[in-house]
Amino acid sequence: MDYNFHWRPVFNKLPELLSAGLTTLEVATLSMIIGIFCGLLLAIARMSDNKLIRWPATVWVELARNTPALFQLFFFGFGLGAFSIHLSPYFIVVAGLAFNNAGYLAENFRGGFQAVPDTQIRAARSLGMTSTQTYIRIVIPQVLRIVYHPMTNQMVWAVLMSSLGMMVGFRELSGETQFFASKTYRMFEYFAVAALIYYAIVKVILGGAKLASFRLFRY
Amino acid sequence: MSNTVSVFSGFQLNDIWFMAEAAGRTMLISAVSIVVGTMVGIVCGWGMNAGNFIVRSTLGPVLDLFRSVPLLIQLVLFYNFFPIIGWALDPFASGIFVLSLYTAALVTQVARAGIDSVGLPMRRASRSLGMSYWQDMRYVVWPIGLRAVFPAWVGVALSVMKDSALVSVLGYVELLRASQILITRTQEPFLILAVAGAFYFALSYPLSKYSQKLEERWAS
Repeated sequence: MDYNFHWRPVFNKLPELLSAGLTTLEVATLSMIIGIFCGLLLAIARMSDNKLIRWPATVWVELARNTPALFQLFFFGFGLGAFSIHLSPYFIVVAGLAFNNAGYLAENFRGGFQAVPDTQIRAARSLGMTSTQTYIRIVIPQVLRIVYHPMTNQMVWAVLMSSLGMMVGFRELSGETQFFASKTYRMFEYFAVAALIYYAIVKVILGGAKLASFRLFRY
Repeated sequence: MSNTVSVFSGFQLNDIWFMAEAAGRTMLISAVSIVVGTMVGIVCGWGMNAGNFIVRSTLGPVLDLFRSVPLLIQLVLFYNFFPIIGWALDPFASGIFVLSLYTAALVTQVARAGIDSVGLPMRRASRSLGMSYWQDMRYVVWPIGLRAVFPAWVGVALSVMKDSALVSVLGYVELLRASQILITRTQEPFLILAVAGAFYFALSYPLSKYSQKLEERWAS
């Protein structure tokens, strides 16, 4: 082995890499928030009796689940260009990840909705709540509790998938790493450090979710 | 005759052939990785389940690393690592290496859950009927465990098939890379991406529906 490892250029750029790690976290969180919101709507829409509501939701969910995430990013990046909609790399990543998250979360939410007994909805309605009130105050809090664990997993996936931003020219952790690595040709060193940062981010999310679950689900 | 030279040329019939070839490469790299990764994953799953403390405490964190680092980073990392130790692997071989390890990390969990799903009383019963450890594994644990986790395995296999698109970062011309090349030439992103997406969808959707059906049938 006659390769000399040079770690110094990587350590010099560590502040930039760490702040890019924060960008990764920001993009993943934002896409997750949009994804949870859209996923809830999709799950409700898929249980609708109206075909016009059910169909588009089903198409969204199946497309998100059955095509590569990279394809979805390319679609938001280049595909929409055909309709002269040009998004910035930041929005390509957020939109692509949110689309993907919503599709996967919708299936989890659907399972969660089915686990809430019908009798509770009837009880809430007979107490005089409107349908919307019933959903917001009775059903959705329980669904969020049931899908808490799948949701943390999805958050981890969102962080991992955000690395695809590198392929559409977004400078999150992977993109930034690629940028510096191609400047200095220290590919291995840079990406090894990036891998460690990703590992740390994932562990922090999982640990934080565990701590939050003690606080959230005391009862 | 116009004086301008057109750099771009439209989508032609033999471009379909180009994409079909690339789709074949996508299938090849994912099939090889899924087969190799599944075999390694089953062995690792068995090790995580039946191994002693040392096996579990080395295997666990290593596989956890493969699940917690983005596949894209793993691919670039290993692709640049092989020359350091003196191996000359082309993008295809490196892609298979990384995808197989990634598959193995995912399949390990599935295999472990499969072995766990066969209750201890059942296994004690088979052993007390005079079966050896391996007979118990082959004739009791395998068929019952397979049934429990087969749908989950299909899910893993399909996700690896979709993730194989990332090997394009190493320069391996699989379907998504091929469509990018065509987009650069024809400037018709929507049409070409739609064709590529349709291929992935056509492969993934029926299989996922089939496994969902199996899951429902076996659950009842």
